[in-house]
Amino acid sequence: MAALTEEQTLIKDQAASWASAETPVAKFRAMRNEGPEQAFAQPTWSAMVDMGWTGILVPEEYGGSDLGYLTFGIVLEELGKQLTASPLFASAYVGASALVLAGTDAHKSEYLPKIVDGSAIFTLAIDEGPRHTPLRTALKAEAKGDGYVLSGSKTLVLEGMAATHFIVAARSSGKAGDAAGLSLFIVPAETAGLSRTQMKTMDSRGYAEVQFESVEVPSSALMGPADQAGEVLDEILDRARAGLGAEMLGVGAQAFAMTLDYLKTRKQFGAVIGSFQALGHRAAELFAAMELARSCGEAALQEIDSQSNSVAKACSLSKAKVGDFMHEMSNQLIQIHGGIGMTDEFDAGLYLKRARLLEGLYGNPAYHRDRYARLLGF
Amino acid sequence: MTETNNLDGFRTEVSDWVQANFPSTLKGLDIMSESPSTKGVGADFSAWQKKLGDKGWGTPTWPKEYGGAGLSDPEAKVIRQEIAKAGAFNPIPPMTGMGVTMVGPTILEYGTDEQKAKHLPGIASGEVRWCLGLSEPNAGSDLASLATKAVDEGDAFILNGQKIWTSGAHISHWCGAVVRTDPKAKKRDGISFVMLPMDQPGVETRPIKLIAGSSPFCETFFNDARAEKTDLLGDLNDGWSVVKRLLQHERQSQTSSPGAPKVDAEPLQEQAKRYVGTEEDGRLADPDLRLRLVRNLMDGEAHKLTVSRITAEARGKVNVSAAASILKNSMTRVAQTKAELTLEMMGHQGVGWEGNQFTDDELQSVRDWLFGKAMSIYGGSAEIQNNIISKNILGLPETTQQG
Repeated sequence: MAALTEEQTLIKDQAASWASAETPVAKFRAMRNEGPEQAFAQPTWSAMVDMGWTGILVPEEYGGSDLGYLTFGIVLEELGKQLTASPLFASAYVGASALVLAGTDAHKSEYLPKIVDGSAIFTLAIDEGPRHTPLRTALKAEAKGDGYVLSGSKTLVLEGMAATHFIVAARSSGKAGDAAGLSLFIVPAETAGLSRTQMKTMDSRGYAEVQFESVEVPSSALMGPADQAGEVLDEILDRARAGLGAEMLGVGAQAFAMTLDYLKTRKQFGAVIGSFQALGHRAAELFAAMELARSCGEAALQEIDSQSNSVAKACSLSKAKVGDFMHEMSNQLIQIHGGIGMTDEFDAGLYLKRARLLEGLYGNPAYHRDRYARLLGF
Repeated sequence: MTETNNLDGFRTEVSDWVQANFPSTLKGLDIMSESPSTKGVGADFSAWQKKLGDKGWGTPTWPKEYGGAGLSDPEAKVIRQEIAKAGAFNPIPPMTGMGVTMVGPTILEYGTDEQKAKHLPGIASGEVRWCLGLSEPNAGSDLASLATKAVDEGDAFILNGQKIWTSGAHISHWCGAVVRTDPKAKKRDGISFVMLPMDQPGVETRPIKLIAGSSPFCETFFNDARAEKTDLLGDLNDGWSVVKRLLQHERQSQTSSPGAPKVDAEPLQEQAKRYVGTEEDGRLADPDLRLRLVRNLMDGEAHKLTVSRITAEARGKVNVSAAASILKNSMTRVAQTKAELTLEMMGHQGVGWEGNQFTDDELQSVRDWLFGKAMSIYGGSAEIQNNIISKNILGLPETTQQG
C-alpha cells in the first residue's frame, strides 16, 4: 500500500471493516440469487451516501470533500474484496469525474450535489460493440433547432437499469473511427425515445443496453464544445480505468488471500499442500505479480491526483498490469482449490466471473498495451 | 581533523585543484571498461593517479598517516561531486581491486598499527591491488563451510586449498583470505582472516573464462602458500566476524558508482525502430516483437514504481514492506528479457562475437546478454528467492518433498 495520509488510513479502515461486516460476499450471493434488475441493495447504497463516499471526488463548493482519486481508489479496493455491488463507481466516480472535467458550471451546480446525496445516479454510455474502441463511436447526434437528436445504441452500460442520467458519447460529425467529431451529452433516463433493457451478465451486476430512438435533447445537455470531446473523453476514461484498477486490486488481493489460506489448510498426501515446492513457488510468483500490480494501480491514482502529464500512460499501465495479475490470480484461485473451486456453493466462481468483466471494461490489457506503445511512439 | 568548516570554501579549493591538475586527455575515459595505455594516455593516467594520491584524495577519509587526507564524510562528498562535475574520475579505487572499498576499511577497523602502516599507504596511492579469497568450489552461499586449511608453522601459516570467483587474482599483489585454522571447532568458530602476497611459489591463479568470454574471475590455488602471522587480521579463529564486516563494506560499496553517471542510452523502442522499421502509422513493423517489447517496458516501469513505493512506505516505518523481497527476481526478469529482445531486434547484427562487421554496441549486447544469465544465479538464485518468499513472507511450511 502506498504511504497513506492519516485521513486515507482512516477511510481505508472504515471501508474495510464496513464492507466485511455489512456487505460480505454472502450478501452479494443472496442478491445474485434474487436477480433484481437494479443489481444492488438499497440500504448498501444509502449507507455509502451517508459515509460521504459519493462526495470524495466532488469539490467542496458542490457539497463534496474533494479528497481525490487515491482516496476513492482505497474505498473501491476494499469493496472489490467483498464484491460489494453498488452504483458508487458508475455515478460518484466516473459520473462525477465526467462532470468535473467536462461539465458546464450549470451542469456542476445542478448535478454534483445530487450525486453526493445519492438522489441522482449517473453513468457513462460509451461502448457500442463487442470491443472497447471509443473512436469508433457511431451513435449519431444531429443538430436540430435549439438542440440535438440522438440515434443509436449503447451496450454494457454500467448500472444502466438504475441510472437516472446517462452521459452519452455521440458522433456529431465525421465518421466512426475519426478522432474529431465526438460530443458528450447528459441525457436523463426518462427522456422520450430512450429505452433500456437489462443485460444479464456472468458477474450478476447491473448492466443495460440503451436504445436512443430520435431522442431530443436541448443544447444545454451538451458538455463542452460540440465535436471536440475526444480528448476529455479520454481523460474521463483514464480516470475510470484507474478506478477499475483499484477494484481489480481488491478482487485479486482477496483471491490471493483465499488461495494462500487454502494452501495452509488443505491436506493431501499427509501434508498441507502449501509445503509442496511447486505450489510454494506458484504462490511466490503470484505474490510478486500482485505487488508489482499494486504499484502500478496506486501510481495511476497518484498521477491523477498530482495532475501529472503522464496520466494516460499510468492508467494504461494500471489497467494492463493489474488486469494481467487478476486474470492469472482468478484462474489459480480455481485451479489451486481444485474440485471445490468449481462448485457454485464456493465463492471462487464469483470472483472469477467478476474478474473477467472488470478486465474487459474500458479496454482489456491488450488494448492498453497497444495504447501504451502508441503513447511511447512505436 | 577538518581543515575548514566552510564547505563552500573547500568546494572552491577542490574545484580549482581538479581544474588545474586533471589532464584533459583523460576526459570521457571509462575506466571500468577502457585501458588507459591502449588508448595512449597511460602516462597522463599515472600522473593523475600520483597527484590525487599525494593529496590523499583517493581515500579522503582515511587518516593522513596512512595516505588519506583525514577529511570528514561531507568533505569527501564534496571531492566526489567536484571530480564528477569536472568530468574527471578517481582512478585509485579501481586500481586497487578490493583494496579501497573492502580491505582498507576492514584493516582500519581490525588491523594493528603495524598492519595499517604496512598495507594502507599502498592502497591509498593506488599502487597495490588486492583480491579476496572467499568462495570455494564447495562453499558458495554457505561460505562458512570453507575447507582451505591454514596450519601454524611458527612465524607463519601454511595454506592449502582452492578459492574460486577471486576477482582480479591474476593481476593482484595481495590477497585477503578466509581460511580454516581450527578444523575441530564449529564451522564459524574455526575460521581466520589472513593476508598474503600473491607473488610466491605456493600461489597459482587461473582465470575463469565465462560464456561471455574473458572475465575478471579466477580460481586461486594455495599449495603450501605462506601467510605471515603478523598478517593475521583480527584474532585467531575470529575470522568470521572480520569477513561479515568485510561483506558489509561490499554492500555499501555497491550502492555508489565510481565515475560520473552515464548519459542514458537510446530507448529500446527507438533502437527497435532502427533495426526493424516501422509501418506507415509509426508502429514497429514486427507486431509480435512490438507487443513483447511493450510488455518488457511495462514490467520495467512496474519494477521502478515498486522500488519507489517501498521507499515511500519505509519512511518512518520500522517494518519495510514485504514487497522488497520480490525485487531481485523482478529486476532480473526485466533485465534478462530486455537483453533477449535487444538481440532479437538486432537480428543478424545481434550474433557477433568480434570484428568490424558489428558495431561496438552490437558486440556489447551479445556479451551483456550472456553475462546477464548470471543475474538469476548469483546473490541467491531465482529459485532460492521464491523459497524465501514462500516461507518467510507468505508463511508457507518447509517443503516436505525429498530430493
